[in-house]
Amino acid sequence: MQKFTTLTGIAAPMPMINVDTDMIIPKQFLKTIKRSGLGANLFDEMRFDDDGKEIDSFVLNQPAYREAEILVAGDNFGCGSSREHAPWALLDFGIRCVIAPSFADIFYNNCFKNGILPIALPQDVVDVLMKDAEKGANARISVDLEAQTVTTSDGEVVSFELDAFKKYCLLNGLDDIGLTMEKVSSIDAFESKAQAARPWA
Amino acid sequence: MSPKTLYDKIWDDHVAHEAEDGTCLLYIDRHLVHEVTSPQAFEGLRMTGRKVREPEKTIAVPDHNVPTTPGRDDPKNMTEDSAIQVAALDKNAKDFGIHYYPVSDVRQGIVHIIGPEQGWTLPGTTIVCGDSHTATHGAFGALAHGIGTSEVEHVLATQTLIQKKSKNMKVEITGKLRPGVTAKDITLSVIGETGTAGGTGYVIEYCGEAIRDLSMEGRMTVCNMAIEGGARAGLIAPDEKTFEYVKGRPHAPKGAAWEAALTYWKTLFSDDDAHWDKVLTIKGEDIAPVVTWGTSPEDVLPITGVVPSPSDFKGGKVEAAQRSLDYMGLTPGTPLSEIAIDTVFIGSCTNGRIEDLRAAAAILKGKKVKDGMRAMVVPGSGLVRAQAEEEGLADVFKDAGFEWRLAGCSMCLAMNPDQLAPQERCAATSNRNFEGRQGRGGRTHLVSPGMAAAAAITGKLTDVREMM
Repeated sequence: MQKFTTLTGIAAPMPMINVDTDMIIPKQFLKTIKRSGLGANLFDEMRFDDDGKEIDSFVLNQPAYREAEILVAGDNFGCGSSREHAPWALLDFGIRCVIAPSFADIFYNNCFKNGILPIALPQDVVDVLMKDAEKGANARISVDLEAQTVTTSDGEVVSFELDAFKKYCLLNGLDDIGLTMEKVSSIDAFESKAQAARPWA
Repeated sequence: MSPKTLYDKIWDDHVAHEAEDGTCLLYIDRHLVHEVTSPQAFEGLRMTGRKVREPEKTIAVPDHNVPTTPGRDDPKNMTEDSAIQVAALDKNAKDFGIHYYPVSDVRQGIVHIIGPEQGWTLPGTTIVCGDSHTATHGAFGALAHGIGTSEVEHVLATQTLIQKKSKNMKVEITGKLRPGVTAKDITLSVIGETGTAGGTGYVIEYCGEAIRDLSMEGRMTVCNMAIEGGARAGLIAPDEKTFEYVKGRPHAPKGAAWEAALTYWKTLFSDDDAHWDKVLTIKGEDIAPVVTWGTSPEDVLPITGVVPSPSDFKGGKVEAAQRSLDYMGLTPGTPLSEIAIDTVFIGSCTNGRIEDLRAAAAILKGKKVKDGMRAMVVPGSGLVRAQAEEEGLADVFKDAGFEWRLAGCSMCLAMNPDQLAPQERCAATSNRNFEGRQGRGGRTHLVSPGMAAAAAITGKLTDVREMM
């Protein structure tokens, strides 16, 4: 997995609540057996019309935001389907960080497995970042994972909370499975104990 | 010993390792796998030379993108990309030695329907699947939730999941339901109260007389949509109905093992003084047959209501409601019962079980689908389909003018050819009314099976109580 340390980039404003994973990557693009190439269809039905032509008003089609690396969005981002194709599509497009007042549980976890940092901040703080993002390409937002801070284009610094283990894995680009494999003796021991206690399970 | 919730008890019995910061390895008893969210996980195992740690606890079935029309066991009758995914699952099941129900098997069906049907789903177990509606299995008092593909790979390789414990939320539905009100109306009404983010960070336990009164099928419908309220999982404490449902199923314990299991299962309830981080109580008698009007499952109103106005809401929901109304093509103030419907879809892991088909058939018996409408029933499994045929329900549907399909997820997520056209309006028994969910531009109203049947007859959203 790609490490995440610091990021300074264009933030795209998406002031919508309940952005669901069906919006992020519609089901017709889930028929792949690969993880790559989904960026072309990120937000497909919002980004393109029925003829496949770009919809000018959609934020990621606007000249200022085509190279966005950060998304600032409304409450409950990533709700709905568990499809990890959603973070795969964001990553493939070039989005490495999503900032919102809250995230749906499964999407939030999926981000960390793919080197994407989801940052949950209070609504009033997201409102400030949204305004900043609305300034366009010249307004670059900075994120520092080690320091757990977001810095606006005006230099205002805000701190965010993050689980220490998730932060450690993301900073170091660690593979969860490798880490768990180091604890295999605990799993073996648990399995023997559980087999004795609940042999039917 | 301090009092515990049902969630606390199942959690405590499955922690294989706990780090100082509370990060746990949760042991997984059952891993359900389908064709859409697993290929990359198996590929990951191959690339790292890893095996499936517990093939006996891993069960696979193709359901999401399979056609529901005859001849589908011939890959030529599938779209090329679907056929590739199904072939990949065939191969992965064989190569890694896991349990498998191919499309040609009568036991094939939606993963969350066949798990309970085959007795894989047992009280007190932990169950995961790369699908958010895994919450369904919580109806048995199993801790069950959806995971992403990276986590699928993690569970395949280690039989554990890295987790931190969620908070406990109690949702109590007191008293009796009124006639015409179903499990679907309960679960939608709860989401209407909490909002789609109200359960985020929680595991919900549903309890109360109205929940106890539900059949296992109804309880599965309730837990199925816990995810639509944002919760990690939904749970219902097992009782005699649960044990009766499980007994004798192919993979349920037998003989002495059954007796031992039963003794343990009877300890699975929340203690009287257990701590709840959040509590919601709804009177059963206050729940009406409901429909969704918008593009979020929280957009719930009684069928007797009218389309709301954006000004009825606050904050970000004002713009969201306007966007929903534009997408849905609805005008504020319109009575919901005057909304004309083009299509009716009965099926999905929410409402594709035998009881759901019985409820719909009871309304349809001797009646016809309104002229010009499209109506389809997609049973949740091959066995549900066979039972419905045996009970004469299939004939009721066919005589009424419904298409009688083979089992699969079908138009719930429209990955297969069962899709809505742009602006086509559907009364659906499924779980999501998101933009584009049932087909680009398609408009979805979520309802119970009885309400779907009523809509098929009248051609508009209809109060099922008028047809009972």
